[in-house]
Amino acid sequence: MKKFICIVLALTTLSSLLLTGCGSGGGGENGEVIVYNWGEYIDPETLTMFEEETGIKVVYDEFETNETMYPKVEAGATAYDVICPSDYMIQKMIDNDLLAEINFDNIPNVKNIGQQYFDQSREFDPENKYSVPYCFGTVGILYNKTMVSDPIDSWSVLWDEQYADNILMQDSVRDAFMVALKLNGYSMNTLNEDELQEAKNALIEQKPLVQAYVIDQVRDKMIGDEAAIGVIYSGEAIYTQRENENLEYVIPKEGTNVWIDSWVIPKNAPNKDNAEKFIDFMCRADIALMNFEYITYSTPNTAAQALIEDEDIKNSPIAFPDFSQYENLETFHYLGSEGDELYNNLWKEVKSE
Amino acid sequence: MIKTTAQKIYIVLIFIFLYAPIATLMVLSFNASKTRAKWGGFTLKWYSALFRNDDIMQALFNTLLIALIASVVSTLIGTVACIAIMNLKKRSRAVVIGITNIPMLNAEIVTGISLMLLFISMGLKFGLGTILLSHITFCIPYVILSVMPRMKQMNPYTYEAALDLGAGPVYGFFKVVFPEILPGVLSGFLMAFTMSIDDFIITHFTKGAGVDTLSTKIYTEVKKGIKPEMYALSTIIFMTVLILLLLVNRRPAEKKK
Repeated sequence: MKKFICIVLALTTLSSLLLTGCGSGGGGENGEVIVYNWGEYIDPETLTMFEEETGIKVVYDEFETNETMYPKVEAGATAYDVICPSDYMIQKMIDNDLLAEINFDNIPNVKNIGQQYFDQSREFDPENKYSVPYCFGTVGILYNKTMVSDPIDSWSVLWDEQYADNILMQDSVRDAFMVALKLNGYSMNTLNEDELQEAKNALIEQKPLVQAYVIDQVRDKMIGDEAAIGVIYSGEAIYTQRENENLEYVIPKEGTNVWIDSWVIPKNAPNKDNAEKFIDFMCRADIALMNFEYITYSTPNTAAQALIEDEDIKNSPIAFPDFSQYENLETFHYLGSEGDELYNNLWKEVKSE
Repeated sequence: MIKTTAQKIYIVLIFIFLYAPIATLMVLSFNASKTRAKWGGFTLKWYSALFRNDDIMQALFNTLLIALIASVVSTLIGTVACIAIMNLKKRSRAVVIGITNIPMLNAEIVTGISLMLLFISMGLKFGLGTILLSHITFCIPYVILSVMPRMKQMNPYTYEAALDLGAGPVYGFFKVVFPEILPGVLSGFLMAFTMSIDDFIITHFTKGAGVDTLSTKIYTEVKKGIKPEMYALSTIIFMTVLILLLLVNRRPAEKKK
């Protein structure tokens, strides 16, 4: 018994020493780049290709929401080289002086990114100094052709009583308020109390008609014909249409949210040159195409869009909308902690009704 | 008669409530279609994809390794701590036990963020080592909680008697005290192991780039939807634990034969 315990002890201490002792396994011949990205948001093949072509080792880390990513970057626990946050989070990071300006001379492939995406990026990155768009999408209404009677072109259909208990809303404060604010013709970034109260009342009014407030279950529910109408992201829409041919996606006439996830470089990045090489590699047409096919979320890379073989997808207004065709397309702003508190309190009132 | 059938129905309902989600998971792991809304046909492709997926296999290895090391070390430290606590005066003992209970009552996010800030201020490089340190830290209270009742139940004079009869302190401990507290030590070890495998939030804040445990890996798939390889992995883990439990509980019956 004693011998057994001693052996276990020895082994444990040995292995724990080994593990704590060895930190990084050393970089590649040209150093390394530490990437922090969403889960399932890159084709692993592209990382292998990057390592082979540049000799730079990729240390890849993943996060699940902007909010869990931010404290780790702010505290500086691990110094990342390149991160892929969403629009409003990029604005928050710029405001808190966490980002470094990107030297676009080192990223010649940035010319592949369409100009309309850079213009839209100005909503959170006013001078396009800090970010390079990676994926984008819109939010719209997904509906089942066989379960709705009239054509749909407006957010007001989510308040239509004939679809009671057949409506799915997003369980997210900003997405839900976006729908209500746009319906009433207001900006989805407003901090005006009266406008927000109107939106809140509209949401409370709508509550009895809603089957469920969900996030990614919208996909499965709509595929399974469990609901007639749902608010969904454009990237998911194409996937659901493949699984269920009765589903259609539309961007309402009152306008909607365009979201963009972009690459940024934090100020404390230890390998800034490698970071810029990484972003440049991601902007290559063939690499962007590989990522598009893996992630299925729309790519802002116009050169990659031209390479898509499936004509339906290439010309799809769902996957690649022409922003000039729509009115009132907005991107989320960072509202500041007081703005966030205001929205959260109103959302609590809606949810607890 | 009615009472027994009612009891049986009640138990069946409870079991359905507990295991329906797991049963659904197991069925879906064989579903050829990615979505739960459609049955796409029976397939084993998710299982083969699971074993070919290096990231998930690495995360599984990390999880098991961390759990094993953390539970062994925290059991050692916890048991030694219990011996020490037993020899304290009553007031100091109450204070120390109160302090060890705090990590258990605390919200895990508080523990996670405070450990992260501590490691940053100490200048440690985040990686597998920092995860180990944090897991050992939050597992120790559970070990102490399991071992203390056993130590209190023990007759304190048997140890003294052993010393009187000529045993050295260490020999006396291993021959007299240790066998009595062994069940508590084992259950503390298992608790620590479970808590370590289960942990997400503390691991999330104290891990370095490129190191993943199963829980953080599964969580990162939240945005895009969880891959069916995870269903396959969960099914395998569940079946392993189930078989182990059946084996452990069958052996006494076989002995009686």
